Amino acid sequence: MAEPWEEEEGPVKKFMFVNRKAPYGTVYALESLEVVLISAAFDQDVTLVFTDDGVLQLKKGQSTDGIGMKNFSPTYRALEGYDVEKLFVDKESLDARGLTEDDLLVDVQVVSKAELADLMDEQEVVMSF
Amino acid sequence: MTMLHNVNKSPFERNALEACMSLAKKGSKILLTEDAVIGAMDNTAVADTIKGAMNDFSFYVLGPDLQARGLDEGKLISGFTVVGYDGFVDLVAETDNVQSWV
Repeated sequence: MAEPWEEEEGPVKKFMFVNRKAPYGTVYALESLEVVLISAAFDQDVTLVFTDDGVLQLKKGQSTDGIGMKNFSPTYRALEGYDVEKLFVDKESLDARGLTEDDLLVDVQVVSKAELADLMDEQEVVMSF
Repeated sequence: MTMLHNVNKSPFERNALEACMSLAKKGSKILLTEDAVIGAMDNTAVADTIKGAMNDFSFYVLGPDLQARGLDEGKLISGFTVVGYDGFVDLVAETDNVQSWV
């Protein structure tokens, strides 16, 4: 028999998570990831945006042994398994930091600020980290 | 007097590094740690500002914070010295004073 919470499908909203902070210096990046995973668990329509220093969250080759913190970057590669596949990265922010799409550890769509603005405008809920 | 300036905020997010460079005396040592280490990378939008200050200051960057963020030591602005936590301690010990630009 289905559990009560399994009987009915709840509402699905378009959620956008805007990531603007570098990892490790503050807890924002990790907290965002936690909420993204929770949203995915509730089968929401999730879009992730990485802009400003947030693009650093997706940098390949992170190794945190030296700072005694958990390296959570492999989690971004697991998002696909939770049907979180809409990842957008701000090209301008990559350029400013001397980075390219090849420096990133997951497949993303690299977009302009104008394209991000349009995406943001389509959302029902936007959360900024 | 030699002062060690410790900057731990990203130059893309805060103006701590800029403020530090505008007030630090010539000959000061500037150490980038935590989210500030992106400032040590070459070919960024802030690299030219730091290159312009290379003759006035000695620049250091904390290696473990570069590695945590996957930033390649081979792509640093020329003139940066990478130090570990032991090197951080040496810098503190050999300077007269430390200022943290939190």
